[in-house]
Amino acid sequence: MIGASKTRKQRRLYFVILGLLGLGVGTALVLTAFQDNIVFFWSPTQVAEGKVAPEQRFRVGGLVENGSVVKNGENVSFTVTDMNSSMKVEYTGLLPDLFREGQGIIAEGRIDSKGVFVASEVLAKHDENYMPREVADALKKSGRWNEGQGKGAGEAISEGLKPTSTAPAANP
Amino acid sequence: MHRFANPTQFMRIANAIYPWVAGLAVILFVVGLPIALVTSPPDYQQGQTVRIMYIHVSSAWLMMMIYGIVAGGSAAFLIWRHPMANLVAKASAPMGAIFTGLALITGMLWGQPMWGTFWVWDARLTSTLILFFLYLGYIALNDAFEDSERGDRAAAILALVGSVNLPIIHFSVEWWNTLHQPSIMKLSGDGVKSSVDGAILLPLFLMMGAFTMYYLAVLVLRLRSELLAAKIRNARMSQVAVDAAVGQPAE
Repeated sequence: MIGASKTRKQRRLYFVILGLLGLGVGTALVLTAFQDNIVFFWSPTQVAEGKVAPEQRFRVGGLVENGSVVKNGENVSFTVTDMNSSMKVEYTGLLPDLFREGQGIIAEGRIDSKGVFVASEVLAKHDENYMPREVADALKKSGRWNEGQGKGAGEAISEGLKPTSTAPAANP
Repeated sequence: MHRFANPTQFMRIANAIYPWVAGLAVILFVVGLPIALVTSPPDYQQGQTVRIMYIHVSSAWLMMMIYGIVAGGSAAFLIWRHPMANLVAKASAPMGAIFTGLALITGMLWGQPMWGTFWVWDARLTSTLILFFLYLGYIALNDAFEDSERGDRAAAILALVGSVNLPIIHFSVEWWNTLHQPSIMKLSGDGVKSSVDGAILLPLFLMMGAFTMYYLAVLVLRLRSELLAAKIRNARMSQVAVDAAVGQPAE
């Protein structure tokens, strides 16, 4: 009697473990298959590599290149870069507070006939660095500050791109 | 472990820790809230908006931890028919749903000024919304059957199936590029590293501790009232049985 209930418990235990394993593997396969649909944005390099169909609407993400921002009333143009490739973006509308040169941003829109990315929405990507202003100032003063130079937002973005850029190209 | 299947044994321990967790919750809130909301320095980029993070990250931490407890309790219930594990899962789920809702709402309030949008369908935000629906589904399934045992079992299976979402939420910011920022805690060769300055990390830890202690204290209270409700149900049932045996009509 006790033995019987023990094996039943063991059976349930194996069933639960196997079920979870199967579910995990299945989910992993589905997520890998839909990799390209889950990524939120593409880098200028990936766009240059032709990962996005030319007339398709998509999001491009990267750093606002230093000295590239030209504001003309509500019209803004700037260059978004991943330190490898870059892309000219034009946008009309309100920019988020965090938008500035060296900041990680994500723009949604499409490439027009002149090869310029016309954005209908620009979002600021916040990085995972949190510090008081005095600490940021001290870092800048001591020269250990390298915002927009592959550290901070840039690192976050290039790191975020790693899994997709190392994955085998899905679309030929 | 099976010793704790006995509600009396379980509650003896739960009642013993109650004053400690409740006291710690009060102390941590009293110490932590003023630091988090008033005296801690504003962030160099976000300014005062950084204070939302203290509530947001604490809620998100609890929503993950509580789901782990709901799933673990459900597994123990399904495998060993452990009634207390099921009771802990059932008592925790509504709190998990509330903290998930809080994490979503505070995230939106932060996203509007910082990102420029309340909501995007990136991997982190979408998987968190799914977690919220999993909690609601679990709560609904628990009460969806006449036979409460069947409802409990169906809900427990849902909780287990939904647990695949936990690693997805956690690693979503690493596996795919998202609008949401990566984790502030990084596990590397030389231990846990944080990209958050100490002056901001301290109030965050205080708030995370306060939230956790609050959850544990409320969990003990919920378990107590659940067990009392079960006792009342049983007393009513046996009263009905006695009435029937004596021959008086039970209304």
